[in-house]
Amino acid sequence: MRRRAAIARLCLGGAAALLLLAATGVPAQSAPDSPGPPPAPLIAAAADLKFALDEVIEQFTLDSGQSVRVTYGSSGNFARQIVQGAPYELFLSADEQFVEALAARGLTRGRGEHYGVGRIVVFAPKGSPLRPDARLEHLARRLADGTAGRLAIASPEHAPYGRAAEQALRSLGLWEAARPRLVLGENVAQAAQFAASGNADGGIIAYSLALAPELRRRGSFALIPESLHEPLRQRMVLLAGASPEAERFYDYLRTPAARAILAGYGFTLPGD
Amino acid sequence: MDWTALTLSIRLGLLTVALLVPVAFLLARWLAFGRFRGRGFVEALVALPLILPPTVLGYYLLVAFGRASPLGQAFEVAVGHPLVFSFEGLLLASLLVNLPFAVQPMQNALAAIPPNLRDAARCCGLSPLAAIRRVELPLAIPGIATAAVLTFAHTLGEFGVVLMVGGSIPGETRTVAIAIYDRVQAFDDASAGLMALVLLTLSLLALGITNTLARRVAPRS
Repeated sequence: MRRRAAIARLCLGGAAALLLLAATGVPAQSAPDSPGPPPAPLIAAAADLKFALDEVIEQFTLDSGQSVRVTYGSSGNFARQIVQGAPYELFLSADEQFVEALAARGLTRGRGEHYGVGRIVVFAPKGSPLRPDARLEHLARRLADGTAGRLAIASPEHAPYGRAAEQALRSLGLWEAARPRLVLGENVAQAAQFAASGNADGGIIAYSLALAPELRRRGSFALIPESLHEPLRQRMVLLAGASPEAERFYDYLRTPAARAILAGYGFTLPGD
Repeated sequence: MDWTALTLSIRLGLLTVALLVPVAFLLARWLAFGRFRGRGFVEALVALPLILPPTVLGYYLLVAFGRASPLGQAFEVAVGHPLVFSFEGLLLASLLVNLPFAVQPMQNALAAIPPNLRDAARCCGLSPLAAIRRVELPLAIPGIATAAVLTFAHTLGEFGVVLMVGGSIPGETRTVAIAIYDRVQAFDDASAGLMALVLLTLSLLALGITNTLARRVAPRS
């Protein structure tokens, strides 16, 4: 019994030590009063920017020495999270309507700036029976004869690229036939992952993702005509709590250097 | 490999264990020794997170602690930032989802203490507090250790609730489980694989430790 009491004491001591360690020992990433570089601003970016913005950030960090924290996801989810109080400082939305809605609620600084128009592509991984073509004719044939496999798109409910994919399929009269074959990604990057990993026959994803080396070496794609869906007008906006560092990054995104990177990922830039 | 996410997860796990285990011990004791109406209901409530879809819990947490709720507003006034999408919110969610993992092993350990031993302690004049410290705690050690290790391991692995109430904010709410999800979407299989391996190893290690510990301190009769 004495031995057990000793073990009990040891465990209690251990628990106290754990608490101490957790509270102080494992360093929190951003201690508010720590000297040194200013805290990295927090950015919410539409998933179509995954590779393009990473490149912009890399360049920005090289140029300014300032790091940036970024989360990629679906624009609709971010808009909801920002309404609920998520601490983002800058929001890059694949659909400017989300920015307008946040601005109307007084959660942003102004209405922000339109930074580009996105495009969608049909992507097929290597070895897929699906052949990508701009008007989805091969997909239509495979849907008609019942041989079509899974097609990945982003969720049309809250992901702008998913909505554009749905509109394109509807424009071509393929929506009803394609619906049972769809797999929905939470955002367009997940749809791209489904499509490119070979787990689906292919997918309708963002041009900006299809141009990234990670996807290029995994398959081929065809650009879908803009006339088949509403334009994916993208807008960025500083949110109410933005820090000076977030403002700097926002300004950087408007420089020719950053714009050139975005253009390289297939975004149609405003004023071009 | 996302080290920020890993340290965040470990910090979350340690804090959850440190805060939850003492409270859960008292709750386990109440359930193990208490004879009262509605015990079955309380036990069911404690076990709920085991079978409740994490998204259901996440949804209710958003409703209960969101900006529109009185609780969420009170927190925001007191601390200066909303509870959801913050580390504190994640910790709160983690305390709730881990309740069964902490309570049940300790409750079983306490229930296995022979009643005559507790009676003897009382007869010998031990105060209730002294009885806990000198009789119940030592005998429940295997259960306490199991509770701590399970809670820690389960916190590292929690995904659904974290995604819903935490988002994926680097250094704040992006845990290692979320980081794996993000890395897969970025086609960064190397990173995702490494982090998955770390979680796999930690989980296996955790279970190994519990089993060994339980055997070592089990009553030798």
